[in-house]
Amino acid sequence: METAYLIETVIKVVVILLIFSALAGIGTYFERKILAFMQRRLGPMNVGPYGLLQVAADGVKLFTKEDIIPTNVVAPIFKIAPVITAATAFMAAAAIPFLPQFTLFGYTVHPIVADINIGILYILGIMGVGLYGPLLGGMASANKFSLLSAARGAAVFISYEVITGLSILAPIMMVGSLSLIDFNEYQSGGIGDWIVWSQPVAFVLFWIAAFAETGRTPFHLIANDHEIIDGFGTEYSGMRWGLFFIGEYANMFFISFVIPLLFLGGYGDGSILGALGLLAKMSFFFFFFLWSRAAWPDVRPDQLMWLCWKVLMPLAVINVVITGFVMMF
Amino acid sequence: MHKEQFNSRNVNNGYYLVDIEDYPQDGWGKFKRVVRRTLRGELFVGLWVVLREMIKFDIHTIEYPLEKMPIGPRYRAVHEMKRLWESDTERCIGCGLCEKICISDCIRMDTRIDENSRKEVSQYTINLGRCIFCGYCAEVCPELAITHGGEYENASEQREHFIMYEDMLTPIDTMKAGKQLEFEGFGAITPHEDERVKKTPLAY
Repeated sequence: METAYLIETVIKVVVILLIFSALAGIGTYFERKILAFMQRRLGPMNVGPYGLLQVAADGVKLFTKEDIIPTNVVAPIFKIAPVITAATAFMAAAAIPFLPQFTLFGYTVHPIVADINIGILYILGIMGVGLYGPLLGGMASANKFSLLSAARGAAVFISYEVITGLSILAPIMMVGSLSLIDFNEYQSGGIGDWIVWSQPVAFVLFWIAAFAETGRTPFHLIANDHEIIDGFGTEYSGMRWGLFFIGEYANMFFISFVIPLLFLGGYGDGSILGALGLLAKMSFFFFFFLWSRAAWPDVRPDQLMWLCWKVLMPLAVINVVITGFVMMF
Repeated sequence: MHKEQFNSRNVNNGYYLVDIEDYPQDGWGKFKRVVRRTLRGELFVGLWVVLREMIKFDIHTIEYPLEKMPIGPRYRAVHEMKRLWESDTERCIGCGLCEKICISDCIRMDTRIDENSRKEVSQYTINLGRCIFCGYCAEVCPELAITHGGEYENASEQREHFIMYEDMLTPIDTMKAGKQLEFEGFGAITPHEDERVKKTPLAY
């Protein structure tokens, strides 16, 4: 392996880690501000101008808090569970092209860590592994409510992986590749080429499933509000809880990148306008996560399962079948 | 505004049953209901409502230590001791009624005869840790001397937080400037009381 390639990859990994760790923090700020505005509140105002340094204050708090390992927990699993959540969230980022390739000081940079030819499969698989964070954390916590929430979370995750996989199958059949770069090339002709026009059902299904995969509000069942406690994270404190948090927000950002890349043309032809377009689309999807949290109530677990198995999965299968017929004839 | 509509006990007036259709029993009916609910777009109504509130930016937050809500004159917070408008001396005559009526036993006063042979309050404290801010002291006071003020920020390092007579008394410079606020709430004389006063029946 070339040394230059190795150095470039390491730099890219570090940059992605740093940017998205920071973004996860700033994401909490945006979430609190936007939710506050939608509920006619002001949100954080006291730390720094317009509360901008609230993120730093929260970070200091999380880092300096005592790391409590309660009695009766299975300590090794309890300790590793948050790391799984955060690590898998960042590992999924390896196959996401965040920007089109650009030239920096005469050196062509590909802003993707590894353009593997099974990109989307890899991303979905790694996000599926992310399930083990809440599951193991909840099971190791020696707390009934953590266990309940872990079981609920596992059910939701596993069910909605089916939706994600089946809904994405139809676009994959059309593109004929699993690489996100290829997806982008397929749609690079402009707005008319976007997959969302030919696969609107798959787009909506994938979007709905993204809420379940990231555990956001309409499907926010892993931390059940009705139990007044934080679900699988109840026994966690300090930075271990913070890792769960970072993982959740990093997941939100990455899925907000994946949806436009798959369905909405990604960065288009690779010009600066296209790159800005991708960032704008990502921002919209991230904003929509917060928006829907302000607007919609949570659904019950049985309603969620009903929605998954009786509505979304048949729709996804029908979509795949129709796509197949259209492609065949 | 007519009083009839409040006095009417005929609850059937104006009441009507909301038109709710029966829940579907068979599978086809349930399916139709799901499709109807799905396509009715109520989720977008919710989205629009919160987005509209965000765009209107009609923020109701009060940044408390910097801003405060105005409180009503009847609010019963930390007590105040008033001065007489005519002579700027203290209104309290040391009658001890407030000490007597205080149901949580938090008022303690001591009086003595001063050099002009007048009764004078020598000690007066209110234990704010015990005070339940019921307002009886203000109500019973014959001179309108003790009243409740609007100062509600009385956090303290210890539970037995006393307030002294001197702290409650209107400062003399405030009095000289004519800025003593007259209590218009609990136990106070209602406005225009002079016009409404009647002779007692014995005087006829």
